[in-house]
Amino acid sequence: MAGRLMALWDWFDSRMPSVAEEFRKHMAEYYAPKNFNFWYFFGALSILLLAIQIVSGIFLTMNYKPDANLAFGSVEYIMRDVPGGWLIRYIHSTGASAFFAVIYLHMFRGLLYGSYKQPRELIWIFGMLIYLTLMAEAFLGYLLPWGQMSYWGAQVIVNLFATIPFIGPDLALWIRGDYVVGDATLNRFFALHVIAVPLALLGLVAAHILALHDVGSNNPDGIEIKKKKGPDGHPLDGIPFHPYYTVKDIAGAVIFMMLFCAILFFVPEVGGYFLEYNNFVPADPLKTPAHIAPLWYFTPFYSILRAVPPLFNSQFPGVALFGLSTMILFLLPWLDRSPVKSIRYRGPLFKSAVAIFVVTFLVLGYLGTEPVTVWGQFGSWLGYVDVATVAARIFTLLYFAFFFLMPWYTAIDKCKPEPDRVTM
Amino acid sequence: MKSMLLALLFVPLAGAFSAHASEAGYRLDRAPIDPRDLLSLQSGARTFVNYCLNCHSAQYMRYNRLTELGLTESQIRDNLILTDAKVGDTMKVALTLKDGKAMFGAAPPDLSVIGRSRSADWLYTYLRTFYRDPKSPTGWNNAAFPQAAMPHALWSLQGERALEVVAGKNHGPAEYQWSQISAGTQNTVQYDTTVRDLVNFLVYIGEPAANDRKRLGIVVLFALLILFVFAYLLKKEYWKDVK
Repeated sequence: MAGRLMALWDWFDSRMPSVAEEFRKHMAEYYAPKNFNFWYFFGALSILLLAIQIVSGIFLTMNYKPDANLAFGSVEYIMRDVPGGWLIRYIHSTGASAFFAVIYLHMFRGLLYGSYKQPRELIWIFGMLIYLTLMAEAFLGYLLPWGQMSYWGAQVIVNLFATIPFIGPDLALWIRGDYVVGDATLNRFFALHVIAVPLALLGLVAAHILALHDVGSNNPDGIEIKKKKGPDGHPLDGIPFHPYYTVKDIAGAVIFMMLFCAILFFVPEVGGYFLEYNNFVPADPLKTPAHIAPLWYFTPFYSILRAVPPLFNSQFPGVALFGLSTMILFLLPWLDRSPVKSIRYRGPLFKSAVAIFVVTFLVLGYLGTEPVTVWGQFGSWLGYVDVATVAARIFTLLYFAFFFLMPWYTAIDKCKPEPDRVTM
Repeated sequence: MKSMLLALLFVPLAGAFSAHASEAGYRLDRAPIDPRDLLSLQSGARTFVNYCLNCHSAQYMRYNRLTELGLTESQIRDNLILTDAKVGDTMKVALTLKDGKAMFGAAPPDLSVIGRSRSADWLYTYLRTFYRDPKSPTGWNNAAFPQAAMPHALWSLQGERALEVVAGKNHGPAEYQWSQISAGTQNTVQYDTTVRDLVNFLVYIGEPAANDRKRLGIVVLFALLILFVFAYLLKKEYWKDVK
């Protein structure tokens, strides 16, 4: 049996040797630093989630109906009458939130260890494009269940485009395909969600990984392992990705799956954070919900949007800052002027900045899920403004300060000397 | 530093469980429901078909799925189907949305997933806080859901009650003083149980697969735990030679 299989493989290999070649190049002879820690699981986990979302998504489309009159009911049909349908649906809904959680942790890893710094700027740019594409994918997919939050969330986001000077209203109309979010919108969002955006995602992921494998992985010490090579020409501190990191990532993936399944099987709604309660009410174009909030992964940016007061009767400044808050991440490789990559060898200024940024991001994220009245109001001497709005404004300033002041505080920070070789 | 960061990740979740609230600020009672109490679910089903399913549909819920509650199809047909529906049909009503709107001012919503959009606590409180209000078009009002379009469908059980709201002292919460105008066929304890069973049933039809989901979850987590042991040993074996 084994002999026959080997013969079959030889037959295949002699006709298409590039399969084995690519496997060697990207797996068996791709040398990765041996000191990867906890934070390095999230790259492999995002690939796993991409696969989970694509496979569960394929099964969902078999019973979902992209029709304003049928969509809500077809989701309930999947939840009740399709055998195992509830499982597929919860895998997809939990997967969406998990994807963002994993991507945020993956990006945070990049920030901690300076993975975006020279020579890995392109990897970061492709990664950011993946992140933006993923946001589009999540937004488009969120309309499909056709609940109140789906509907009004889409209405709010599409209206953001309408605030753009001159072309705004026409642009919003072009996106919707109607004067309000309606059946035409649902159909095109379905088309974009199931084929157009996933194709773009796959291409970008390929570019992200190819760019990574050309320059090699960074590591928690932020030093280049390629500078110290052994007599065999391989980095002294590198180990082949396969089998070492494949077996390690499998163990990590199992732990992750346990967490994932604990949520999926026991708290799939996560208290309204993964599946909003109001989205179990069918979309009603005539009834605006009192409180519209996007899902948690958009809320830091949504807070920034809400924090900016209108200017000259236009909401555009808020929309512009909202856009800038995501786009500014593209510039990270050039804003960071530190001579070292890893936070391990950076000075107190950068460490404090990162700590403040983490708090800022979480507070903005929390505030975005709540109505602006959540923390009450200041008294009459401050003009009865909402405490949460003032807080969101302060944290918005801190958010942008992290980026705009970065060239300054990273340049004057007192860094420690980097080691010659990686530390385990 | 590391544990602090992890702790911070979970801070926003702390507020998660207050996401459901009564818009009136009426404090919600905790609904003592139990999704595994089949007798309670059966009793809730009986109340549901008798009192709710005249105006409200549950159009995604099939009658024959109630076999999960320990009922046979003939029991369902004889006791729970009050229309000419077949046992494999979903729970629909003859009342159209348009007629419903004309009668009540708002169309009675479908109740298939009401247990998911409204919490059990909200439903439990709402169904127990109707009171007589001569100013409202139906003659009824509700403390948890002021100006609710629905009249008190269960009034023959609970009887008629009156409510007086006394403003709280020093900006404290308002005080609700209830009084009974006429008695119903059930006393307070019986009525609370009836509503508990009904809410239990509404939560069940909101997600009939919920019990299966939890059962399967335990199996899956256990299987993953075993898989982890092997995955970990494999990793350890390979990484032995990484110095």
